[in-house]
Amino acid sequence: MKDLGKLATRDAYGQALADLATQYDFVVLDADLSKSTKTATFRKVCPERFVNCGIAEGNMMGVAAGIASTGRPAFASTFAMFAAGRAYDSVRNGIGYPHLNVKIAATHTGISVGEDGATHQCIEDIALMRAIPGMVVCCPADGPSTAAAVRCALEHDGPVYLRLGRLAVPTLYEDLSGFAFGKGILLREGSDAVIVAVGLMTARALAAAESLAEKGIQVAVIDMHTVKPLDEALLLEWAEKTGAVVTAEEHTILGGLGSAVAECLGEHRPTVLQRVGVRDLFGSSGKAEEVLTAYGLTAQAIEEAVCTAIARKSLR
Amino acid sequence: MRETEALKQIARGLRRDIVEMIYRAGSGHPGGSLSIADLITALYFDEMNQSSDRVGDPARDRFVLSKGHTAPALYAALAKAGYFDREELWKLRQVGAMLQGHPDRKGTPGVDASTGSLGLGISAACGMAKAAKLYGDAYRVYAILGDGELEEGQVWEAFLFAAHYKLDNLCVIIDANGLQIDGPVCEVMNVEPIEEKLRAFGFATAVIDGHDFPAIFSAFDKARETKGAPFAVIAKTVKGKGVSFMENNAAWHGSAPNAEQFEQAMKELEEEDA
Repeated sequence: MKDLGKLATRDAYGQALADLATQYDFVVLDADLSKSTKTATFRKVCPERFVNCGIAEGNMMGVAAGIASTGRPAFASTFAMFAAGRAYDSVRNGIGYPHLNVKIAATHTGISVGEDGATHQCIEDIALMRAIPGMVVCCPADGPSTAAAVRCALEHDGPVYLRLGRLAVPTLYEDLSGFAFGKGILLREGSDAVIVAVGLMTARALAAAESLAEKGIQVAVIDMHTVKPLDEALLLEWAEKTGAVVTAEEHTILGGLGSAVAECLGEHRPTVLQRVGVRDLFGSSGKAEEVLTAYGLTAQAIEEAVCTAIARKSLR
Repeated sequence: MRETEALKQIARGLRRDIVEMIYRAGSGHPGGSLSIADLITALYFDEMNQSSDRVGDPARDRFVLSKGHTAPALYAALAKAGYFDREELWKLRQVGAMLQGHPDRKGTPGVDASTGSLGLGISAACGMAKAAKLYGDAYRVYAILGDGELEEGQVWEAFLFAAHYKLDNLCVIIDANGLQIDGPVCEVMNVEPIEEKLRAFGFATAVIDGHDFPAIFSAFDKARETKGAPFAVIAKTVKGKGVSFMENNAAWHGSAPNAEQFEQAMKELEEEDA
């Protein structure tokens, strides 16, 4: 893997908003976390279209809906725990049901939030947002794909949930001209298994694939940045080519990417599947990397899951 | 127009439609629909800058029925104002019908916000009012909330927002009928004193009889003249207003009349014409 440096997707988000402020007409809302969600970067260049809602996330989502109903797209940002969790009803009934043009950009997703612990480590948001009809759910893997996702969100007419992280993650992409919601990116080919990953697990999936290659195991890797709508064609193509699928997400395995993949495979092409993710547990405090390790969200865990999947293939 | 007699006539018609809609549907919320019939008449047939040929016009005034369960009152007004065919009223709450149990912005012309989950509509209304401030639009936003709805915490988040951003283009109307599903608001979870609370939150206020048209309009006038603060009209109303056996009876919050009750209600609402 070429070293392209590191950047947190939240930083890329704030910068993308600022960069797009002159090209697009949109409003940005936050709930007293603008320095953490990085909407402050937008506020600096475009204070006249920034609305701080205070610590009131349910109201913020409703206000964003009201603004969007007047024809201007709105980005609403806070931590995922409060965007998808606390404000769920406002998002579901106020934004999803009327299919309004609100982009919910939630930062501090997953257990890589680190020290703040379980109350701030949202690992259910993909499941919650995916269940809302018409909601696009996108979890970019790095800085450049986050910038591409923000642009896609502005071009998309309807609600979008952008799942962003606090932790600086390796930059994977130099060219993202073809980035589109619902189109997974094949990062690597391989015939023994395919790893389908989202968010910061994508870089780990690539590391796992490199390590496996050294052992003579060839693994394909897909960056499935959009969990909904899922790129079923790409998934099924590689499920067929490899016969073994491993999902990797920084989210509970209940209702997230692993579930989405299982649903698709179950209906269209039953295939051996191993899911790497948080296994029905709450998170806990610790340094981000240590917490990720404690919960098995590592390249090594993905590697082991691939080996298990490949072994299970021969049992069928 | 501000002609009280003509408006009373319209309100009576809306009440008849409300009762008939809910009777035909076999379910719905007559009590709170009847309590806001006069307020909604004043809004749609005088106060608001809107009309059925301007659906989607960015300059139109907005209306948010935050107490979404009283959709029949809104539907009756929208039909009367020509937003859709009156025949739609009789399909309320049926599969495939345009008129859902609670207002649906996507499917119903004239509905500005999807509401029903209490406390949510007022946030959307704040968003509409804030958007007008951000972009220099001249439209006004009206939102009707129930007094029971004030028990939802999000309402107070929205009130903070409205005052903080000096949304003087927002007129909040509290339908203070004093009753909620489980009984009197003061017994279930007291929200009084409403006016003092709203003043403390930064609203200019008026307390009126919500069935008295001149009083309603004088409050709306005051709201429009108020600068630098949102306005709240606390409208004292009678739940079930106009149908004797429904008046002030919490049991009529969310139940439909039977055939006999329907006949009696329609008779009473006709007699008032005399």
